[in-house]
Amino acid sequence: MPKLTVDGIEVEVPAGATVMQACEAAGKEIPRFCYHERLSIAGNCRMCLVEMEKAPKPIASCAMPATDNMVIKTDTPVVQKARKGVMEFLLINHPLDCPICDQGGECDLQDQAMAYGRDGSRFHENKRAVPDKNFGPLIKTFMNRCIHCTRCVRFISEVAGAPDLGATGRGEHMEIGTFIEKAVSSELSGNIIDLCPVGALTSKPYAYAARSWELRKTESVDVLDAVGANIRVDVRGGEVMRVLPRLNEDINEEWLADKSRYSVDGLKKRRLDKPYVRKNGKLVAVEWPEALGAVAHKLTQTAPHKIAALAGDLVDAESTFALKQLFTSLGVTSFDCRIDGAAIGGGARAGYLFNTSIAGIEQADVVLLIGSNPRWEAPLLNARLRKRYLTGALTVASVGPQVDLTYGVEDLGNDPQVLDSLLEGTHPFAEVLRGAKNPMVIVGMGALTRADGGANLAAARGIAEAYGMISDGWNGFNVLNTAAGRVGALDLDFLPQPGGRNLAGILAGAASGDVEIVFLLGADLADTSALKNAFVIYQGHHGDSGAAVADVILPGAAYTEKDGTYVNLEGRAQRAQRATFPVGDARDDWKILRALSALIGKTLPFDNLGELRALLAQTAPSFAAVGQVTQAAWGPFGAAGALSTAPYAYAISDYYRTDPISRASETMAKCSALFVQGRQPDDLLERVGTYG
Amino acid sequence: MSSASLPAHGHAPTEFSFSAENQATAKKLIAKYPSGREASAVIPLLDLAQRQAGGWLPRVAMDHVAKVLDMPPMRVYEVASFYTMFNLKPVGVHFVQVCTTTPCWLRGSDQVVHACKKELGIDLGETTADGQFTLIEVECLGACVNAPMVQINDDFYEDLDEASTVKVLQALKAGQKPATGPQNGRIRAAPLGGLTSLTDLPTGKKEPS
Repeated sequence: MPKLTVDGIEVEVPAGATVMQACEAAGKEIPRFCYHERLSIAGNCRMCLVEMEKAPKPIASCAMPATDNMVIKTDTPVVQKARKGVMEFLLINHPLDCPICDQGGECDLQDQAMAYGRDGSRFHENKRAVPDKNFGPLIKTFMNRCIHCTRCVRFISEVAGAPDLGATGRGEHMEIGTFIEKAVSSELSGNIIDLCPVGALTSKPYAYAARSWELRKTESVDVLDAVGANIRVDVRGGEVMRVLPRLNEDINEEWLADKSRYSVDGLKKRRLDKPYVRKNGKLVAVEWPEALGAVAHKLTQTAPHKIAALAGDLVDAESTFALKQLFTSLGVTSFDCRIDGAAIGGGARAGYLFNTSIAGIEQADVVLLIGSNPRWEAPLLNARLRKRYLTGALTVASVGPQVDLTYGVEDLGNDPQVLDSLLEGTHPFAEVLRGAKNPMVIVGMGALTRADGGANLAAARGIAEAYGMISDGWNGFNVLNTAAGRVGALDLDFLPQPGGRNLAGILAGAASGDVEIVFLLGADLADTSALKNAFVIYQGHHGDSGAAVADVILPGAAYTEKDGTYVNLEGRAQRAQRATFPVGDARDDWKILRALSALIGKTLPFDNLGELRALLAQTAPSFAAVGQVTQAAWGPFGAAGALSTAPYAYAISDYYRTDPISRASETMAKCSALFVQGRQPDDLLERVGTYG
Repeated sequence: MSSASLPAHGHAPTEFSFSAENQATAKKLIAKYPSGREASAVIPLLDLAQRQAGGWLPRVAMDHVAKVLDMPPMRVYEVASFYTMFNLKPVGVHFVQVCTTTPCWLRGSDQVVHACKKELGIDLGETTADGQFTLIEVECLGACVNAPMVQINDDFYEDLDEASTVKVLQALKAGQKPATGPQNGRIRAAPLGGLTSLTDLPTGKKEPS
C-alpha cells in the first residue's frame, strides 16, 4: 500500500495503482485521452503529465506506478505548460470542424482544449489529411479528427475480442483502421463510439441527427436481450434519437451491445398507433371504445376454459401481472409466457435464473455451456466471460455447434448424450469439473426449447449437483434467458394453472377449436398458423407476426414509452422509465388492461402505477427489491426423461433480428445482411470520405 | 513510397504458404523465442515471406504469417506497414533504393538518382514495364563513409557517380552480377589513394616478417 503526496495531500493507494489513480484519490482531476479504466494502459497521448519531485521531466501519470514517498504536483506552472504543449501538438492535425462534428458538445478534446489548452495555434503549415474508413453500417469515421489514442484498437482487441482494428503506418503516416476493407464485426462495436474522445468515430445512423444539448436524457433499462443493460434514452421532440449505456458494474459495466444501441430506428417503423378490429376479413382502424368493447364482449361470452393468454418477450411485469389478474378473475387457467416453448418455470425459482450473477462470472474457473451461444444470446454476458478468460485459468467447454465466442472453448461435440456421460462421470471433462473450485453450467435456450427440454434442464441440474456447483455462497447453475420479459413473467407465475393449457396445448386447442380466444400480450410467435381459427387479440406495439393474425389490435407502448419493471436473467428487477410518449392512440399496456377490466365488470384493484407496483411486490418478492438480485433457493425443477440424440441448434440464428423492434429496424437489417448473411448491400459499398 | 496501402487487387496473389524449406527455417526462427511468445518471430517471418513472394508482401503472405504465429492478422499488418523494409506493393526483380540523405546528397546522390532515372526510364517510385527494376529514394542506409550509394536487393553499391551507376545497372540488365561495394577502386572504407594516417608502426612494434 504505497503512501504518497499529491499536491500536499497524503494518500494511500492499493499496490499496483498508478500515479493517476493516486491523484484521483486525492481529488485531483487529471486530463487524459488514451487512458481508460477498463482498457490496458497505452500512455501515448501524454495529456496526463504531472510533475514528480526529483524527476527531471514531467511524467505520464497513467503509466507510472505509484510508489512510496512520491511527491506529485498536478497544478504547477511546469504541468500547466506541459499540458498546453501537448494540447497544441494534438490540435496540430485536428481539423477545426467542431461546428459540423457530431461529437461537438460531448467531446473530450473540445472540453480539455478549453480547460487546459492555449488560446491559439502557432502552426501555420498544412494539416495532414487521412482517408476515411468504412467500418460498416454502424460506425461513421472521420479519420482527420483522430488523435491516435488507440482506445478503439484496445477495446476491440481486449474487450470485444475481435481484433480487426489496428494502427498501420508510422509517424506522420500512422492511421487507425482495418487495413483491409472490412467492417468491424463485433456485437459490441458501437462502444468504440463512446470511447472515442474526439469525433473520429461517430454513430452512422445518428449522423447529423441531433446535438447533444438538444436531447432530453432518461435513465432506463434495455429489453432487447435478457441481460437488462442499463441505458440512457436520448429523446428530442418525442423521438428517440439514440440509446447510450449507463454505468452498472454488476450488469453491463459501461458497455452496450449493438442491437440494444442501434435498434431504436425500429421504434419508428411498423408501429401500431390505432386500435384495429377485423371486419369482413380486413383490419379496420377504430376508436378505443369499439375495440375494447369488442374484446370485452367476446371475453364475457366465452367459457373461461376456452380462453388462453400468452405473454411475449418484451412485456413489462406490470402488464403481465394485470393480464394475469384480469384473466384469473374470469376463471381462465391457460397462461404461458414461454412463447419459444422453453421448458423452464414450474419448479424452483433457481431453475430459470442465471444464479451465479453476471458479476459472479469473474469468480468462476470452469464454465460448461450447454446449447448456448452467449455471444449472440447475451453479448454483454459474453464480454464478462471473456473478461474472466483474459485474467487466466478459466476453462470453457461447450456442448453445441462450434462458434467463435472470442475466447478459447473446448469443444465437447454437439451431442446431448455428452450430458449423460458427464452425469455418470465417465466423460473426460468430468475430471476438469471435479477439480474446479467454482464451476458453472450455462444452459441455453437451444437446449431448453426442444421436445426434450425438460430432460436437458434436469440433466444440467444433475451436473450442477454432481459437481458441487451448489454450495453456500456459490450457485453455478445458470439458465441463459434471451427474453427480457420472461423472468418477470415466470416470477408472476404466468404459467398454466391447474387444468390449464401450456403453449403447445393452447396452439393445439386453437387449431382444433377447443380454445376460442387467444390473448397475445406482445407475443409474436414464430409460427402463427395454428391461430387462424381462433379469435386473436393482440396487444403490443409493433405490427409483427402477432398483429398479422389478430382480430382485435390494442396498441400498446414500447419499452421507451412506458414506466415498466423488467426482471433480468439474474432475477434482478429494474425499472425502465418513460422517455417519450406512445405513438398515436397507443397507451400504456397496464392501463389498457385496467380499462378492459372495468368494461368486463371485473375491475382490477389498482388505479395508478404505485398501487399496481405495491401489489406486484406483494405477489413476488423479486419486485420488492428493485435493482437487487433476489437469490433463489435451490429446489427441484426439470423433467425426467431421456435425452434425444438430435444435435443442439442455438436459439438465435440472427443476432440482429430477434424481436419486433429489431426486425423493424433498418440499421439492424443492414447489419444482418452484412454480418450474418455475408451480403454487401449496395449502400455498404458507399464511398467514404467527404465529397462535394 | 507510402507503404501503408495495398496494391490494386488485380496484381495480388490469392494464395501463399511457406515452401518446405522456408517452413523449416520458420520453425527454427520461432524456436528462438520462448513458448507463448511466438508472435515475437513476426519480423523474421515476414522477411522470409517477403523473400519467397518476390520482394514484397501480398496480403495472403501476411495472413499466412499470422496463421503460422497464431496471431490476429491485424497485428501482422501493423508490423508490416510500420517497417519500411517490408514492401506492401509489388517491386521489380532489382529493387533499387537510392540514398539521398545529407551525406550522400553532399557527395552527389543527385547524379546517382539522375543516372538511375535515365538508364531505367522510370521516375522515383516506379517500376519498369518489364518488371525488372523498381526505383525508390530512401533515407540513410548507414554507409555514409562510402557515399553516395544505392542498395539493390541485399547488396550495397557504394562510391558511385553517374557513370558507375549506369555501369552497375547495365550489368544487372545484362543478367550479370556486378561486384558489390565501392565502385571507384576503394577497398571497403579505406582511403582511395592509400593510407593517409597510421602509415608507420606504433612505437616498439616490429615490422611483420
